[in-house]
Amino acid sequence: MNQLQNFTKGFIRENPVFALFLGLCPVLGVTTTAINGMGMGLATTFVLLMSNIVISLVKGFIPANVRIPSFIVIIASFVTIVQLTMQAYLPSLFEALGLFIPLIVVNCIVLGRAEAFASKNNLISSIIDGLGMGLGFTFALTLLGAVREILGSGSFFGMKFIQGDGILIFILSPGAFIALGYLIMLARKVNK
Amino acid sequence: MAKRESTIGNMILALTVITFVAASALGAVYTITSEPIQQAMLAKKNNAIKEVIPEFNNLPSEESYKIAVDGDTLYFYPGKMDGELVGTAVETFTKSGFSGEIRIMVGLLPDGTINDVTVLKHEETPGLGDKMEKKKSDWSNQFRGKNPAEHNIAVTKDGGEIDAITASTISSRAFCEAVSRAYLNYMNEKENN
Repeated sequence: MNQLQNFTKGFIRENPVFALFLGLCPVLGVTTTAINGMGMGLATTFVLLMSNIVISLVKGFIPANVRIPSFIVIIASFVTIVQLTMQAYLPSLFEALGLFIPLIVVNCIVLGRAEAFASKNNLISSIIDGLGMGLGFTFALTLLGAVREILGSGSFFGMKFIQGDGILIFILSPGAFIALGYLIMLARKVNK
Repeated sequence: MAKRESTIGNMILALTVITFVAASALGAVYTITSEPIQQAMLAKKNNAIKEVIPEFNNLPSEESYKIAVDGDTLYFYPGKMDGELVGTAVETFTKSGFSGEIRIMVGLLPDGTINDVTVLKHEETPGLGDKMEKKKSDWSNQFRGKNPAEHNIAVTKDGGEIDAITASTISSRAFCEAVSRAYLNYMNEKENN
């Protein structure tokens, strides 16, 4: 696989949300607006990139039997760094994402990429994989957030274009499932 | 690089080194960010105080007092203009929100009239209950100028004078409860002193 494919696979073909169905908890939870989805996606991208880098570098040092606890410690450290930094410098975004930031630790994509990719590949490939997967996740979250915001609140990235309310159900959890279902259908169509 | 054998020594060494490095990194980040985090929280609180009580020139957060009530704490921030009390911002709470706790800053004039209210923290449904936020709708403006001694602070469904947010009676009811709690305890405090 060349590096370009390695990078682009995260967007559609192996998109964490549309194809692998990983990390759906934050996907459904935070995507009430496009900006929330994007913030969450970028936070996850940072964690994914950093943990892929570190794990790829230290993979020779970690004995196989303790690799999972080691990966978790590394991932959890980066998540905490993101959380503290966001709380200090972006308090309003931190409030919106709140509970979901610590949950990045248990997001299957991060550990999944560490286990399935970074621990077996070299540094450059791992960086590209982390970026591709992370941005693919961001893309999916922003898209879902935008669809739900447009239909549910009649606005796009906070800019209102209709008077009054939108279709309320898209802001609520059932709307998240409905919108995600249609987006997955589209992604499958594109994949064929 | 070849994988290291999973001997007990190697495993202990790897985990020790990783946890030590992680702990050091987190300690460093915590030290750097703790100051800005404190400031961000304080700034938010001060802004909320400024929003809900008339103009003051003291530092309400320096003169605050608190009382324990209903399993939580109410914080009082007295705003003074040249030493004269102009209003008290009360940080109040309710646990009966639609999804968890709601914290509200209620500004009370010295006689107990509500000057203004603003939400500090809530987890209500986006698009419904979150209309209690000032930037989402002007719903909370109806509390302005009402004195709970004369006006029943409860939603109209419960016989009160507050119009509930459409489809969010529970959130509105919780909001009223928090405001009433601030008022009642403020008046209690005033009588006791």
